Amino acid sequence: MKVTTDKLNSNLVKDVEEISGQKVSACFQCGKCTGGCPVVWAMDVFPHQVLRYAQMGLVDELLHSKTLWICASCQTCDSRCPRGVDIPKVIEALRLTIIREKGGNYLHPKDLPARVRENAPQQGLVSAFRKYAK
Amino acid sequence: MKRIGVFICWCGSNIAATVDIDKTVAAARTMPGVVHADHNKYTCSEMGQDMIKDAIKEHKLDRVVIGSCSPRMHENTFRKTVEAAGLNPFYMEIANIREQCSWVHKDKETSTDKAISLVRTAVAKAARNEALHADEMPVEKRALVIGGGIAGIQAALDIAESGFEVDLVEREPSIGGRMAQLDKTFPTLDCSACILTPKMVDAAQHEKINLITYSEVDKVEGFVGNFDVTIRNKARSVDMNKCTGCGDCMAKCPAKVESEFEEGLAQRRAIYTPFAQAVPNKPALDRANCRWFTSGKCKVCQKICPADAIDYDQEDQLVTNKYGAIVVSTGFDTHSLDNYGEYAYGKHPDVITSLEMERLFNASGPTGGKILRPSNGEPPKNVAFIQCVGSRDREKGNPYCAKVCCMYTAKHAILLSEKVPGAKAHVFYIDVRTPGKDYEEFYNRAYEEYGTSYIKGNVSKVFPDGDKLIVRSVDALSGALVELVVDMVVLATSVDARSDAKELGQKLSITTNAHNFFNEAHPKLRPVDTQTAGVFLAGMCQGPKDIPETVAQASAAAVKVASLLNKDNLMSNPTVAEVNLKYCNGDMSCMAVCPYGAISEKVIEERRGRETVKRKIAEVNTALCQGCGACTVACRPGAINLKGFTNEQILAEVDAICL
Ligand code: SF4
Ligand code: SF4
Ligand code: SF4
Ligand code: SF4
Repeated sequence: MKVTTDKLNSNLVKDVEEISGQKVSACFQCGKCTGGCPVVWAMDVFPHQVLRYAQMGLVDELLHSKTLWICASCQTCDSRCPRGVDIPKVIEALRLTIIREKGGNYLHPKDLPARVRENAPQQGLVSAFRKYAK
Repeated sequence: MKRIGVFICWCGSNIAATVDIDKTVAAARTMPGVVHADHNKYTCSEMGQDMIKDAIKEHKLDRVVIGSCSPRMHENTFRKTVEAAGLNPFYMEIANIREQCSWVHKDKETSTDKAISLVRTAVAKAARNEALHADEMPVEKRALVIGGGIAGIQAALDIAESGFEVDLVEREPSIGGRMAQLDKTFPTLDCSACILTPKMVDAAQHEKINLITYSEVDKVEGFVGNFDVTIRNKARSVDMNKCTGCGDCMAKCPAKVESEFEEGLAQRRAIYTPFAQAVPNKPALDRANCRWFTSGKCKVCQKICPADAIDYDQEDQLVTNKYGAIVVSTGFDTHSLDNYGEYAYGKHPDVITSLEMERLFNASGPTGGKILRPSNGEPPKNVAFIQCVGSRDREKGNPYCAKVCCMYTAKHAILLSEKVPGAKAHVFYIDVRTPGKDYEEFYNRAYEEYGTSYIKGNVSKVFPDGDKLIVRSVDALSGALVELVVDMVVLATSVDARSDAKELGQKLSITTNAHNFFNEAHPKLRPVDTQTAGVFLAGMCQGPKDIPETVAQASAAAVKVASLLNKDNLMSNPTVAEVNLKYCNGDMSCMAVCPYGAISEKVIEERRGRETVKRKIAEVNTALCQGCGACTVACRPGAINLKGFTNEQILAEVDAICL
């Protein structure tokens, strides 16, 4: 793993910020997210490291991490983050980066019953469109 | 026709980089009344000012317009310049082409246009500037200090030593404030009480200092040099003249409540002094908890008091005094932990705040200086210190850094190792900040000599496990998960402004920032002044700071006070409102809007034909008027004008832009 000028200037980070609506620079690496994450034991890159990797432009490394698929989007971390970083949104943006590259929507919002559309969390819906429905 | 001179300043590149100076000067030459225009790299420099003085003489100028920075910066400088050349200082007008132009625009063409139009405005106004003269006002040679912690004590001592009378108002029964609660002080580890109590005694014994404890500021009127402050002496129920401070009442009082001074770790009586070295060392009776006041039975203290000093019938007394200057030194509150359920504070007795830890360390504290677990009274082996609790947390705490926690936590770690052999401190931090003389070295000792573990991680959760506590975090540097089993957890609680700071600010006409800390007049150059002349700041009430900084600021405030009280007279601000009797119809709309209570009704007698009639009009007290101009807008017949900003001048400015 190596941080280079190219990586620090990489547009990939901007994409992740745009998709997630989060500023990765807001994180000051306090680690409070990681300390409370219930599935951190199974992760190869810890939640606070996800933010650090992103700050350093190490997006490729993140895209190959197990962490992306282990995070349960439980939001324990972001409920405690003193800087208001919504970490699962960042992780979700990374997943979407991969999925977008592969292409293809699996579920169309129109196909969802109105009840689900109105009550399900936004994030869950988007995840579903992209990942799970067949 | 007036002979106006215009001087455009480059302000180095601050203005010149965005405003075309030559074009602006050329445009100025064509403006009505302008007989001379020039430019200078730094107009505020001696050379720049000389250039103006010379031009006034050479071109017989009688009005001067300077295109430069904001009048807040150099209005006084340039007024003195023109005065030195023989003009009335109010003949000078500033066009703010820096803050209002070059600093906020990028495009040279538009900002040059705007600069020219700002200069044209100032020229139009200057042509109508009248000579104004300041009045002299006497100065009351007495100061008021609000808040008797270390900041207030130091300020009072320094003012008194400069030869002026000081009243020191403190709302608790004793002076001493937060510093009295602390054990040792960083980075030298001298004991807080040992360096504070002599100062408390000095303050009490100084012939020029008058301690007014158990009292609060009720109302502030007047202005610099002549404040009228009403102080509420809360009913103490103890006659201070009779009480000898024997303490018999405190020993016998049956009503016990949590001691604020001991941070709830011990109890005090309903009649109490906050701590043993209290100054004055005479108790106050807390009516909310006294049995006589709550249930009508008891009076034990009255029976026991050998001096017959207990007086249940005392009432609050309002006393109004005159002061020339005021120092505000009201200190801070600690941040509430209500939002921090993850740290189990209040749920587990072994999770305590840093101020509670200070009391445990203190030899006169609830444990006699022994560090014991509140749950079982045994000495702890492992203690976790969590920093930044409520600090640097923009989601549920304060976004700012509380400034003192890194250092007192290092101190706690050192003291713990010294007091409890074999005990180990584990400090969880986000960043360790040690900017201060000998601070970094002190922190280095905490981990090099005393073996404190420093873990870069903001603790995520604290929870009980049997009779221990588990602390969960990460070490962000190594990427290792951290799970410590400890006996005690100490939370480095953030500092807040006083909950009633805003209210006091309103009384004093001083502003607070978004977090209710009082605003200084300028963050760098006037750090102890406020925007209200004659009111100065010292200590935490202005923002987080440690003891050395607090003491330095208090002494600085004292010098400001002394230099003010040293003057026999102050010059008043001549830009005050003026009523034109001919137009005033006495409807008094002006009186209703004046925020300073400067307008009153007056009845005048006038000859009308052969009759003498009485008529009501508005009158301005020029000593109270701050020149805000609110009245001039409220007056429908246009009878009230602000000198230096008359309706005519302002309309001329508007015309200069629009026509
Ligand atoms: S809790 Fe927030 S600020 Fe702290 S490391 Fe995690 S994302 Fe960064
Ligand atoms: S949202 Fe993901 S990273 Fe955050 S605590 Fe839950 S599982 Fe861990
Ligand atoms: S009267 Fe009140 S203060 Fe006095 S002893 Fe009784 S409870 Fe205590
Ligand atoms: S100018 Fe302001 S302070 Fe002066 S009298 Fe009018 S309203 Fe009051």
